[in-house]
Amino acid sequence: MKTGLAGWVFAAPALLIIGVFFFLPVLAAFAVSLTDFDLYALADLRNLRFVGLENYAHLLNSREFWRALGNTSYFVVVGVPLSLAASLVAALLVNSRLTRLPGLFRTALFAPVVATLVAVALVWRYLLHTRYGLINWALAAIGVHTIDWLGDPHWAMPAIILFAVWKNFGYNMIIFVAALQSIPADLYEAARLDGASLWQEFTRVTLPMLRPTLLLVTILTVAGYFQLFAEPYVMTEGGPLQSTVSVLYLMYDQGFKWWNLGSASAIAFLLFLMVLGITMLEVRLVGRRDEA
Amino acid sequence: MSVRAARILIHLALILLAALSLLPLLWMVAVSLMPGGEASTFPPPFLPRHPTAANYQLLFARQGVGRYLANSLWLASLTTLSSLLLNSLAGFAFAKLRFAGREALFRTLLAALVIPSQVAMLPLFLMMKWLGFVNTYAGVVLPAAASIFGVFLVRQYALSIPDELLEAARIDGAGEARIFARIVLPVLRPILVTLAVLTFLGSWNDFMWPLIVLTDQSMYTLPVALASLSREHVQNNELKMAGAVLTVLPVLVLFLALQRYYIRGILMGSVKG
Repeated sequence: MKTGLAGWVFAAPALLIIGVFFFLPVLAAFAVSLTDFDLYALADLRNLRFVGLENYAHLLNSREFWRALGNTSYFVVVGVPLSLAASLVAALLVNSRLTRLPGLFRTALFAPVVATLVAVALVWRYLLHTRYGLINWALAAIGVHTIDWLGDPHWAMPAIILFAVWKNFGYNMIIFVAALQSIPADLYEAARLDGASLWQEFTRVTLPMLRPTLLLVTILTVAGYFQLFAEPYVMTEGGPLQSTVSVLYLMYDQGFKWWNLGSASAIAFLLFLMVLGITMLEVRLVGRRDEA
Repeated sequence: MSVRAARILIHLALILLAALSLLPLLWMVAVSLMPGGEASTFPPPFLPRHPTAANYQLLFARQGVGRYLANSLWLASLTTLSSLLLNSLAGFAFAKLRFAGREALFRTLLAALVIPSQVAMLPLFLMMKWLGFVNTYAGVVLPAAASIFGVFLVRQYALSIPDELLEAARIDGAGEARIFARIVLPVLRPILVTLAVLTFLGSWNDFMWPLIVLTDQSMYTLPVALASLSREHVQNNELKMAGAVLTVLPVLVLFLALQRYYIRGILMGSVKG
């Protein structure tokens, strides 16, 4: 068939790029994670040894890995609900019938999403400055004592979460607005005829209709937040006292600072398996509630 | 609650949210125009007393920011061009050309969307090293020259092209390449603008991979250079903010100009799940 050949010819360049620069390295990552690939192997491949699952065992027994996983989980568990709540509130406001100039507000709320992460992380590092930062200045105005945001191990991760919520909420807001607009207006009319309050409208009509979108957005945001890296890299360099070292930060350090590529690949794979597992769990949990 | 009161409340909340979103960006611009040291006072000044472009001049004259700007522009443009070409060809093929293994391949690609790109990074670095692409533009562009998401985006849009249109052209004796150039590309134009905006912004804002594969300072992109600048000049906030403005401004302008297309991309991307 003529179109059969054409199809392959058209698809081949993209498939070649994706195959060589994505699929192959992913498979290789698994292979490398079963070796002791380090600086010596980098210099001469004959120094490479197969070690089986030793890297994984080592990681699962190391305090560093668990701390990084704990920090990342903290970021996900607190950051995702906050982000989604902010996105939903913003979407409801932008989408309200009463809102004038919704396009203008939408653009303003979306601006942080487009802004380069490294650049705005620098801005925030400065906003969070203990002595000259606007945030402590504003807090002082309402009587809150100075907080050493990025220098205190208890406050560094909350500060990064605050920044991430600010940076990302506009993205899911856009998705929520589209979903809200697809809810049929007669559902609200029927609710109003039944004498439902605004809050009841929200819990009985809006939320149930948003469920598929909520699930999707949760999955995407959880997966995205597990990939925390640039924020701590720019704002805290993993500190203070390693309180903001994320799993990917650890991978970067292991791989490109210490050249323990075997161990770093194992970290990458563990992260992937975890995200995959959590995604499947989210789908299962929601699916089961649908049956009930 | 009366409609009037509700309307006022909603707008107050929106103005507050908009202010929270925009103030950090506006303040970044204000500080970038202050002379060195002015921002390190308490209470923090909102506006520069005597606006100056000195920080920008310093960035270009002493920090070689022109070079980073050029690197970023060049890399984002190259990535966008190749992504447009390769993804539109493949996206069209997956939508409209029957070929052996098409469905299985497409399912595999979709399934692979769950793999975080960082999983590939370490072997990718080794590969680039062996290919001699570490510290080259190719090292940054090649891995992003085509993407699963890009193929998917174009395919979804191309599905709506009527088969009769293509059949008619074939009966008239047009070859597939000619059909693609004359009929398909013009129809795909809106989605290609979307793909271009998403790719350009993604490439411009990308941090981790350029940080890894570009080891020589003269090759740095703006975000990588900015991160390195912030580690060297911990004290000079005004200079850092000027660098941040230079990094953010181009993408913000591009977004404002083409936001309709950008938002379409987000919505199509979120349907994939």
